[in-house]
Amino acid sequence: MSISKALNKSLWVYHVNTGSCNGCDIEIVAAITPRYDPERFGIKLVGTPRHADVILVTGPVTNKMKDKLLRVYHQTPDPKLVMVIGACGVSGGPFYESYTLSGPVDDVVPVDVYVPGCPPRPESIIFGVVTALKKLEEIQKK
Amino acid sequence: MTEIFLKLIIGVVSMTALGIVGGFIIQGVDRKLAALMQARIGPLLRQPWWDFLKLMRKENVVPEHAVPWVYNAAPIMAFASVITIFLYLPFAGFNPLMEGYGDLILIMYLLAMPALAMVFGGFASGSPYATIGAQREMVTMIGYELPLGAIVISFAWKMAQSGLAHPFSLKTIAANPIWNLVGPFGIIGFILLLLAMIVVTPAELSKGPFDAPEAKSELAEGLLVEYSGRNLAMFYLALGAKMIAMLGLTVALFFPYTISQYFQVDTTVKIVIEVLFYIIKIFLVMFVSVTLMRVSMARFRITQIVEIYWKLGGTMTFLGLFLIMLDGKL
Ligand code: SF4
Repeated sequence: MSISKALNKSLWVYHVNTGSCNGCDIEIVAAITPRYDPERFGIKLVGTPRHADVILVTGPVTNKMKDKLLRVYHQTPDPKLVMVIGACGVSGGPFYESYTLSGPVDDVVPVDVYVPGCPPRPESIIFGVVTALKKLEEIQKK
Repeated sequence: MTEIFLKLIIGVVSMTALGIVGGFIIQGVDRKLAALMQARIGPLLRQPWWDFLKLMRKENVVPEHAVPWVYNAAPIMAFASVITIFLYLPFAGFNPLMEGYGDLILIMYLLAMPALAMVFGGFASGSPYATIGAQREMVTMIGYELPLGAIVISFAWKMAQSGLAHPFSLKTIAANPIWNLVGPFGIIGFILLLLAMIVVTPAELSKGPFDAPEAKSELAEGLLVEYSGRNLAMFYLALGAKMIAMLGLTVALFFPYTISQYFQVDTTVKIVIEVLFYIIKIFLVMFVSVTLMRVSMARFRITQIVEIYWKLGGTMTFLGLFLIMLDGKL
């Protein structure tokens, strides 16, 4: 699936919570407030994976959520990006080596961008999105 | 016969272009204005264009439980029916392309078509969310058809009572601005109808606060939940074009005034002035009936929507109709 230039200018984001403590989710909501206004880059939050270009994953992927995350991943039409928000998803974070985990996220689905922090500030989330955009641009150049 | 076919072909091509371009522009302006009202910078004016391009290049998924032909036909049906409305609407003081063939009643039915197409698409996508969304859309339609019907009846009644030929034809209505025909009671009546029209518009366009069928946070985009890629892009086109059709209808009914007769210039300049004036009218109506409504109010529940349209909208429009009839009899 080719990646068009338009994708950079209109990233639609779907958010999956795979067992996070809600800290990261609140920071994501903070990142879409008027103060940071990601809509100026064409970024908007959508309600279904079918409309999404980016899947934001928070949380360490508990055993119960593994299938759901996989399902959301497969429901999202190509081309798509996966962003992990928070220390949980990056490494397991506070839940490192817990017996309830199937994650971290990159054990379950391929990840493009990691945003560490517990929770990361909205600035870091936006920086993560910019990193994702850079990655897209690099792929387009090839 | 050939003449009418030629006219139809040229008309359809130019109206499709107008619908697509105008739809993008009006959606861009709407989003920008909404952003400014929320103290944001907001997207670029051509953001809808990027969204559309992106969607066209994305994978088009047909879900396993869907009925593929209805699922794929629904977006096209929605767009085609909006373009059909354009053929019967007067734009910028020009006569409608198919003048003499359709009237207000036809436009009312055609306006229901895109919503119906979305309902079919929703049911055909085989997702429980989409099914609930489709049911809500139908309930909303039942709600807003009552005030809309009453508005149409009031106009036709007034036109017929003033002794004009073809009271249902938009050409008659556009040629005789309604405010010139009525006395003080009638003016109050038509102001009520205008308010009702402003309340009906967001529901017709599935915009907030009447977007319960597509509620993002409760129904995961409702009707459109399974749509992706090309089909979704088609729906966006249809929604943008429908915005123009609906606002064009409001302008044609309530503000059909032209200004070019006040300028002593030749015809081409007059046409430019007319078109500019029309665009200003459309944007003003859009600002009040779409942007202001959706920024200033939170989403209503589906029961509240029906209540608003039947109780408030019904009372308002019937009171308006009563005042107009009173005015006519005086
Ligand atoms: S990274 Fe920290 S804030 Fe985010 S979900 Fe995990 S524990 Fe909560």
